[in-house]
Amino acid sequence: MKPIPLWRRYARLLGPDPAADVKDELRFHLETKTDDLVRQGWRRGAARDEAERQFGDVYAVQKIGENLGGKMERRKRFKDYWIECNRDVRYTLRNLRNNPGFAAVAILVLALGIGANVAVFSVVNVLLLRPLPFPDSQRLVWFRGGKSLPAKAQAAAGLSGETYTADAYEEFKRNNRSFQAVTAYQTFYSSIQYKLTGNGEPRQLGVVEVADNFLSTLGIEPALGRGFTQEECQKGGRPAAMLSYYFWKNQFAADPAIVGKAVTVNGKPVTVVGVLPASFDFASVFAPGMKVDLLVPAVMDFWRTWGNTLAVVGRLRPGVTVAQAQDEADRLFPHLKVVHPDWYEDYASELTTLRDHVTGKLHRSLVVLWFAVGAILLIVCVNLSNLQLSRGASRGKELAMRRALGASRGRLIRQLLTESLVLSMAGAGLGLCIAFAIVFYIGHQGSMTLPLLASMRVDAASLGWTLLIAVAAGVVFGVAPALKMSGGNLQKALKDNASSMAAGRSHERFRSTLVVSEIALACVLLVGAGLLLRSFLHVLDVDLGFQPDHAASMQVDYDDGGKFAARGPILQEMLRRVSALPGVESAGIADMLPLDRNRSWELTAVGGDSSKDRIAAAFVYLVTPGYIPTLGMRLREGRDFAWSDTPESQHVVIINEAAARREWPGQDPVGKMANGIEKNPVRVIGVIADVRETSLEAASNPEVYIPMTQNADVEGATLVVRARVPPESLTSSVLAALRTLNPGQPAAEFKPLQSLVDHAVSPRRFFVLLVAIFSGLGVLLAALGIYGVVSYSVTQKTQEIGVRMALGATTGRVMCDVLANTLRLTLAGVVLGTVASLGVARLIASLLYSTSPWDAQTFITMMLALVTVALIAGYFPARRASRVSPMTALRNG
Amino acid sequence: MDKAKLELFRGTLDVLILKSLIWGALHGYSITDFIRRQSGEALLVEEGTLYPALWRLESKQLVEAEWGLSENNRKAKFYRLTPAGRRQLQQESSNWAAYSVAVAKVLGATGLNSSEEQA
Repeated sequence: MKPIPLWRRYARLLGPDPAADVKDELRFHLETKTDDLVRQGWRRGAARDEAERQFGDVYAVQKIGENLGGKMERRKRFKDYWIECNRDVRYTLRNLRNNPGFAAVAILVLALGIGANVAVFSVVNVLLLRPLPFPDSQRLVWFRGGKSLPAKAQAAAGLSGETYTADAYEEFKRNNRSFQAVTAYQTFYSSIQYKLTGNGEPRQLGVVEVADNFLSTLGIEPALGRGFTQEECQKGGRPAAMLSYYFWKNQFAADPAIVGKAVTVNGKPVTVVGVLPASFDFASVFAPGMKVDLLVPAVMDFWRTWGNTLAVVGRLRPGVTVAQAQDEADRLFPHLKVVHPDWYEDYASELTTLRDHVTGKLHRSLVVLWFAVGAILLIVCVNLSNLQLSRGASRGKELAMRRALGASRGRLIRQLLTESLVLSMAGAGLGLCIAFAIVFYIGHQGSMTLPLLASMRVDAASLGWTLLIAVAAGVVFGVAPALKMSGGNLQKALKDNASSMAAGRSHERFRSTLVVSEIALACVLLVGAGLLLRSFLHVLDVDLGFQPDHAASMQVDYDDGGKFAARGPILQEMLRRVSALPGVESAGIADMLPLDRNRSWELTAVGGDSSKDRIAAAFVYLVTPGYIPTLGMRLREGRDFAWSDTPESQHVVIINEAAARREWPGQDPVGKMANGIEKNPVRVIGVIADVRETSLEAASNPEVYIPMTQNADVEGATLVVRARVPPESLTSSVLAALRTLNPGQPAAEFKPLQSLVDHAVSPRRFFVLLVAIFSGLGVLLAALGIYGVVSYSVTQKTQEIGVRMALGATTGRVMCDVLANTLRLTLAGVVLGTVASLGVARLIASLLYSTSPWDAQTFITMMLALVTVALIAGYFPARRASRVSPMTALRNG
Repeated sequence: MDKAKLELFRGTLDVLILKSLIWGALHGYSITDFIRRQSGEALLVEEGTLYPALWRLESKQLVEAEWGLSENNRKAKFYRLTPAGRRQLQQESSNWAAYSVAVAKVLGATGLNSSEEQA
């Protein structure tokens, strides 16, 4: 091989070309062959033909060559790229090591932004994006009864209006064609109390009764044993129970041989037939905030006479849509009502996917949260763009030098982007730790009424999301500075100070724009958070109708031997003993507490409007004498119950003002008779102020209080104690007092009444807390941005300030100028932000409570707060400017 | 003239190419030439198989290519062995030797039970 002449080396001046290479190589072969043949005596033309004939299919070989060559070229290019990337990363790391302050701030800011985003994504993922933790969960459908009732009647009927009788459930199950399976569970969890004995101290159990096909319909495989059989769900069937996974682990030390053993519940042996898998927690899907230890079979024959108690869930046949099922239900339920004229109602039902039922209410809140963290991330990016730019000013010369030495603009942009990507990846790493911590914290808030809490974790999807937003953030905050810094006039940048001022000015304009947008975003966040916070305060301010402080409740058990007549004296004696304890102010018992479970019966005034369409439902509470004052409910008129209200005396009730307004408008209800509660009319003896019974936000509905001494239909018993000392300290003495009467009283704890309120507001509290934290973060970042820009411009203008001071400007004047500049930026941002907030406020209007989305007070407060923060951020550079020594500034300039 | 055309076993061509490059860089044409001459005109390498084989070796980085000028002053692509190619050649050569001895032994067998180990 001879050395290649110089000109030949530039044959591929325009870059590698594998196809041409292949062509050249083959042409060389053919020409050499032809030469050889000519030498052997062939004529040139014939020789050429012979060479080609011998070669065979040149075209096919050429194709193979092009393919292989292309592949190699790509591989080589990729390798080069990779090597360059490595070099860029090494360069970046070295660079950042030299600027530890910048690196730390940038990574921390990114970590906060990305951490918040990943945490919210993890929550959103579980609640909105991921299907429920059941196989083919999109085919699970939730039935909500009472569709034909007007909204007001639905509210008045509470849970009773949405549930089904055993008959309605069974008839629908038998006659429908849309569903592969229909199942039910009993929603009045505490109608029967369950007590575990013979396994340590007696224990109150959280128990839910489910239909025999409950697990199979949801598609849950027991971890151990089996589900319930049909026989176990019959009246007189063998008592059976399934343990929840955590109950099995904690109470039975995960005994692998538990199946088939008997446990003592309510004094009777119950066979454990199975253990639920860890992945299925009844409460987290159907009753957030509750604790469920046991599933037991629902005996339909037992519930048949109890009215609406069953919640119904169905699994659609493959290929059937919810709309088709809805259509069938719309036709089937009225038809069934015609067949069964004795039914209370037609059970017109609204069918939704189970997921909509479980998480639908949270949809908007979560979307708002998602937007909030998105805004945070934007602010973070804007902030870092700014930081990069101010560093760019000092690196301008280095970059210009590199361009002058032959680096292309694209190459410089790539290098600068590598730098921002390295930063954002580091930030993502740290942010992931933050997200882990937040999600862990949220997942362990057992008392919060958020569904699926326990299954919240940072999973593969969250990791993917992290990577995605880290790359996006890196590109977003890197691209603008990279373009700005790599462009510009080479010569200008290379020359000295004076001329680079102009470039500095254009940078500064760009940076001001960034800061204005940052403030606008922070303003939107702040106003949104302000509105939500104000709503939250309004909710906390609501008149509950009772006094939760200094009061606590406990589940109690009494033994009246099944004789109703004996109950009154027993309850009276219990309350007498409890009230006599030191520290106890008063005590009472009710079957259900406000803001807890509820049920509804009918209440109509005797002689009142009895038209068929009117709403007659009222919430029903069975209580003892003394309960109403103990809870701090206010008796407006009449008297409280007395122990002298016995089964034999005139049956009486107390109603709330809402009931009085509905049934006896404009009249005094005390002394009037009411129908619907019992077979015979009952007498109204008192009226109390309205009590919030379902939520703090919803207005009160009609309520009826019935003495436990006159009505046997109780739904459990809860003792409420109002005390002068912290109620928790009374637990042992109260339990001791109760056990003197009933040795079987299970261990229980006092729960402050406040916890009911906390429980009721927990989703809102959780949401407001997060939004408030995020907006605080946003404002902090915006302040950092303002500080950065103003401080930088002061540094740039040191010389100018020096000149002005030498010419007689006072320090106060200089400071004012800097602050005025800050104010200008802030006001521009606030105006933009306020306009945007008006739009955003409309979107969150449905999340507000008695707060207008255009609440002027909130808007003004938040705007002032933002301006104040901005001025504080601008003050420090302003002070520095005022301290510029004219002599030093001029000499150094 | 009559040439005994011997079919090349799969993979054998690669070794022959590597061997032809052991004394220095060659272009495709001289590789065919080398193999033809060294095999006493017994092995005829078809161009249609040679070039793809060469390119595959190049993409496996067993040989590397460079453009240069041929004896007849034409631009030609020269191939040379890489260190990996050299190792591959050694490996394949000893494999080939062992293989041919084994095949020869079997083909030279004289009876069903007459292998040397049993004797």
